[in-house]
Amino acid sequence: MEVTMAITIGDIVRGDRAVFPPYLYDAYRSTIRRAPRRPLIEVPLTLSELTGPGPAISAVTPEDADLTRNAGTGGEAIGQRIIVTGRVLDQHGAPVPNVLIEIWQANAAGRYIHKRDQWPGPLDPNFLGIGRCLTDAQGVYRFLTIRPGAYPWKNHPNAWRPSHIHFSLLGPSWHTRLVTQMYFADDPLLPLDPIFNALPTEDARRRLVASYAHDVSEPEWALGWRWDIVLDGAAATPFEDQQETQP
Amino acid sequence: MTSRLPTGSQTVGPFFHDCLLREDARRNILAPPGVAGQRIRIEGCILDGDGAPVPDAMVEIWQANSYGRYNHPVDSRDLPLDPQFSGFGRSATDEEGAFWFETIKPGPVPFDKQRNQAPHICVAVFGRGLLNHLYTRIYFADDPATADDPVLALVPAERRATLLARPTEVDGSLVYRFDIILQGSAETVFFDYQELEQLR
Repeated sequence: MEVTMAITIGDIVRGDRAVFPPYLYDAYRSTIRRAPRRPLIEVPLTLSELTGPGPAISAVTPEDADLTRNAGTGGEAIGQRIIVTGRVLDQHGAPVPNVLIEIWQANAAGRYIHKRDQWPGPLDPNFLGIGRCLTDAQGVYRFLTIRPGAYPWKNHPNAWRPSHIHFSLLGPSWHTRLVTQMYFADDPLLPLDPIFNALPTEDARRRLVASYAHDVSEPEWALGWRWDIVLDGAAATPFEDQQETQP
Repeated sequence: MTSRLPTGSQTVGPFFHDCLLREDARRNILAPPGVAGQRIRIEGCILDGDGAPVPDAMVEIWQANSYGRYNHPVDSRDLPLDPQFSGFGRSATDEEGAFWFETIKPGPVPFDKQRNQAPHICVAVFGRGLLNHLYTRIYFADDPATADDPVLALVPAERRATLLARPTEVDGSLVYRFDIILQGSAETVFFDYQELEQLR
């Protein structure tokens, strides 16, 4: 069953229209009073946007990437154990190292620890649902977690978000900042989800979906899922006083 | 090389606080004591199209230090770096939609080979209902250089005031007020960035 309601889609989009969702997509009701209605002002990228914070957060430890145990209780999270891994690439396909990836997700029952999530799904005392890591020299990230459950939201009657993991990436520059969500290829809720379907093309949606990766699965341990991320914006070249010769 | 399409954006949703604003990830205070420069506080609210506060948003900022140097390898100009100052801030909004930062006023940074940009702070806004983050900038209403800023010059004159932080003095501290209006007649100017080949 597809979403059949009439959908108003705004014409204000940041970046490539084939890639990024519009701000106004009224099937996702929260956009209606929060989407800007005036055109974005096109301005050039300057040194301010070609630089950026990168991994400016506190030290990341290997434990931060293991969501099955990082609650620090000594117990292990309940759920299907999964390895989520992939590469962060630029638009030329080159790996992007040293990207800070922060993730958050619901537990196996579809419940967040967040105080505003109050639906009657059970909490798991051994699961915080937060993790982080840095990409290595090959642009590779890797998390051990459990597969999140779907959860209900009040956007429309009987609305359920597909299983997803939120990703925040602090990459090489301000311009490459990305917050997005990773979905699972076998999820029957994907065609019904207004947030996922706000992406403008089938191809753009497909690129948010992780694939089952048997070569990542570990015997007697965990199932593997692979998801590569491509950052917007070209790699910047150093900006030096010495290069400022008049043409 | 073949060009790949970037991964699309999705909303940060309502449940990001435990991750993105945990104690060692939030950054309201950018400038601990000892950082060079004029100390300022930035305060503002995020309001939606009904004028209602947005209590579940996140604001990130990025700025140069007081010498106009970015703490980033792409900026290799011969200006002082301040090891205690990364230039990055991250604040939640509270029940009143309010966010705040304590930082220093940035110095001017180059625009192209001939011109500088006025002191400014880059801003990104994330929230439930924002399928993409929003980019904007804070300029300083009381800085004479603001009038000649080449980026601000691209903004229609009648909308430039939405990017100006207004100075006030509160208990002897310099506070700049910068509200972010997501929608409506006083809507804040938001940016879409284009490559500028002349910079290279």
